[in-house]
Amino acid sequence: MRRLLNEWVHLVRPAAVLIAAMGVFLIVRAAVIPKDFGKYGHYRPAALDLVRSRPIGYAGQDTCVMCHDDQAKLRASGKHAHVACEACHGPLAKHADDPGANIPKLPEVADLCRRCHEKDAAKPKGFPQVVTAEHNSGVACDSCHQPHNPHL
Amino acid sequence: MDISRRDLFTIGGKLLMLASVGATLEQITGAEAAPDAYKMADHWWGMIIDVDKCIGCGNCVRACSKENGVPAGYFRTWVERYQVEEGKENPRVDSPNGAIDGFPADTNPNLKSFFVPKLCNQCADSPCVQVCPVGATFISPDGVVMVDEKYCLGCRYCVQACPYGCRYLHPETQTVDKCTLCYHRITKGLTTACCENCPTGARQLVDFKDPKDPVHEFLRQNKVQVLKPQMATKAKVYYKDLDGSVR
Amino acid sequence: MMIPGVDGFMYPNEVELQWSLLIVLYPYITGLVAGAFILASLERVFKVEAVKPTYRLALLTALAFLLVAPLPLQLHLGHPERSMEMYLTPHSSSAMAMFGFVYLWYLTVVLLLEVWLEFRADIVRLSRTTKGLTRMIYRALTLGSQNISPAARIIDDKVGYAVTVIGIPSAFLLHGYVGFIFGSIKANPWWSTPLMPIVFLFSAMVSGIAAVMLLYIVAMKLKKRPIDMRCVDTIAKYLFYTFVIDFTLEMLDLIHRTYEADESFRSLDFMVHTRLMVSQIILQIFLGTLVPLTLLAVNQLWRFSAAARRAMYTTACSLTLVGIFAMRWNVVIGGQLFSKSFLGYTSYKMDLVTREGLLAAIGLMLLPFVIFVVLIKFLPPWPERETT
Repeated sequence: MRRLLNEWVHLVRPAAVLIAAMGVFLIVRAAVIPKDFGKYGHYRPAALDLVRSRPIGYAGQDTCVMCHDDQAKLRASGKHAHVACEACHGPLAKHADDPGANIPKLPEVADLCRRCHEKDAAKPKGFPQVVTAEHNSGVACDSCHQPHNPHL
Repeated sequence: MDISRRDLFTIGGKLLMLASVGATLEQITGAEAAPDAYKMADHWWGMIIDVDKCIGCGNCVRACSKENGVPAGYFRTWVERYQVEEGKENPRVDSPNGAIDGFPADTNPNLKSFFVPKLCNQCADSPCVQVCPVGATFISPDGVVMVDEKYCLGCRYCVQACPYGCRYLHPETQTVDKCTLCYHRITKGLTTACCENCPTGARQLVDFKDPKDPVHEFLRQNKVQVLKPQMATKAKVYYKDLDGSVR
Repeated sequence: MMIPGVDGFMYPNEVELQWSLLIVLYPYITGLVAGAFILASLERVFKVEAVKPTYRLALLTALAFLLVAPLPLQLHLGHPERSMEMYLTPHSSSAMAMFGFVYLWYLTVVLLLEVWLEFRADIVRLSRTTKGLTRMIYRALTLGSQNISPAARIIDDKVGYAVTVIGIPSAFLLHGYVGFIFGSIKANPWWSTPLMPIVFLFSAMVSGIAAVMLLYIVAMKLKKRPIDMRCVDTIAKYLFYTFVIDFTLEMLDLIHRTYEADESFRSLDFMVHTRLMVSQIILQIFLGTLVPLTLLAVNQLWRFSAAARRAMYTTACSLTLVGIFAMRWNVVIGGQLFSKSFLGYTSYKMDLVTREGLLAAIGLMLLPFVIFVVLIKFLPPWPERETT
């Protein structure tokens, strides 16, 4: 019996190496797995906070009208009432936080108006659109149209 | 003091046991997040898009790009222009630079044409979440599919698995990036950057769990469809009046 | 607006390929591992005694390639330093998460164990007869046991047999799961088919058997030893059978697609005839399958001279290895060349010197041979003719 066991003993060595390695792995794993991984699903809950921590770029119309009362009144009765201020003026959350420090640049009128209002067959039929080359022959759009209340 | 080798092993072994027990306990109890006005369980986010209102101005693409720091040449959202010719098997489709500067005004007036804004469909049964090997992409309890930038390996399996082409590898972070439905905005009561800047209201953020949300009336009154319904991904972006030629 | 390399319409994020040449290389390498191991098991488990001269060679080939297998994946990852996450938080719904565990299982419990059991007598003998650093390496490899009595060797043989038996389904798993990674993507109609794991597996066996046969012939030529023709004739026979099954499966996929002609068919058909003309029609089907199959088939029907057979086998094996590589290329790259809108195609811009470029790929393909040479220095695959 003892002699038979002797012949098997060498197999213990690779087994021992394997078990030791698995042991090390389990210990390392317990220490390194992110905390409360799996709380809401198979992911780190901290990821939700990471995405939420992104700073806001666009403040939204409701923020703009807090100071720019007069523009708000002008726009409210016009066709551009539902167009966001920042759709033309760009992201202005920084300006809203510190108006003096971040003075926005006024947008280039021609490109801005054309992007929406240049006539094109794919645009919905009822949408106001013109062939600008024929419509204003080089004159700037805001010479006739007030952008905040554009209807003539 | 003479410390024998046996003593070292005993002390070392006890310390190791203590460390493992401590690590395990910490993992079980976890740290509690700070209390917050926004409750994930009260929301289930999606979007509704009215194709007939889209004018292809590209405001949404620009706004998203600025709000989320999307790298040039990659798109979290984009607009496609379709020109459908009767009798032809395939429509003519284009999306110049994702329509970030709108479209050139050269649509053929003799064809049926329209614009289709596209974004991540925030699928409730998402194939991209299914294939992530480590749990770096997931759907939040309030229905938004996101990527954990600090955990993603950049293997791009999810990019391959998305039927809609809405994911890409961010060239700087070397992790996968995609539309987050402006999670950082909607959890603070704002709407998404794309919806905020859409001049015609073609895109609207919706919350299926809010009984007062217009989505319920919208779904009841209109003929709606999701993109690639045969993929059965439980997409949560519904299109009104989507033409059959849309891919 | 024309995007260079793009024809028609692609979703904007689809233009750039995500999985590069390195991801073509990975299934090729694990395929060689699985195939070489199956050839080894032919002798060990199925008692095909004729192929015994290649038994040790096949094991070492499998080991050399297996050690290189994770490298293309690491080079591809955006964050290779995070790859431990696959072991820490594997996502049970992801086929890719299986990789780490299947790989480790196969490397340790199957391959390393079997190599150790097979070579143990030589290792112990050499640990007594060599000197210096070499002696230290051999002593480490013995894992501390010097027992090579006949009884112990019988036990080694029995355990080795069991390990090989477990190794066969393990080899299937090691390579089959790669096929499943592609086959389970419903978003991609070029990949999505239940046949994919089976096709991958059989083409893996073909490539592995061809690789070992070629290595054997080359090694014998380099060592100026006679080639055991009975051995290579038997391997050629099994290669032929496996190849016939592989070809049948691929034709089945093609015929099924053409017959059903679903929404993706016209787009994929166009892609095969244009962008994949060289890699699929010429390299994979004609040169990589039909020519080798013919060369192998004629040897089953008629008897040629030994020299002629050697030439035909060498040609067939070389072409086969190119053809199976082309198959991996056509699956991985081909699956990303067409738009999921079925309206357009893009091109693969292969880099030269970046970490996913051509030079990296060439280096990774040469590395297993370097490892192989080192392995056969320490673990002799053939009995020494000269006495030391």
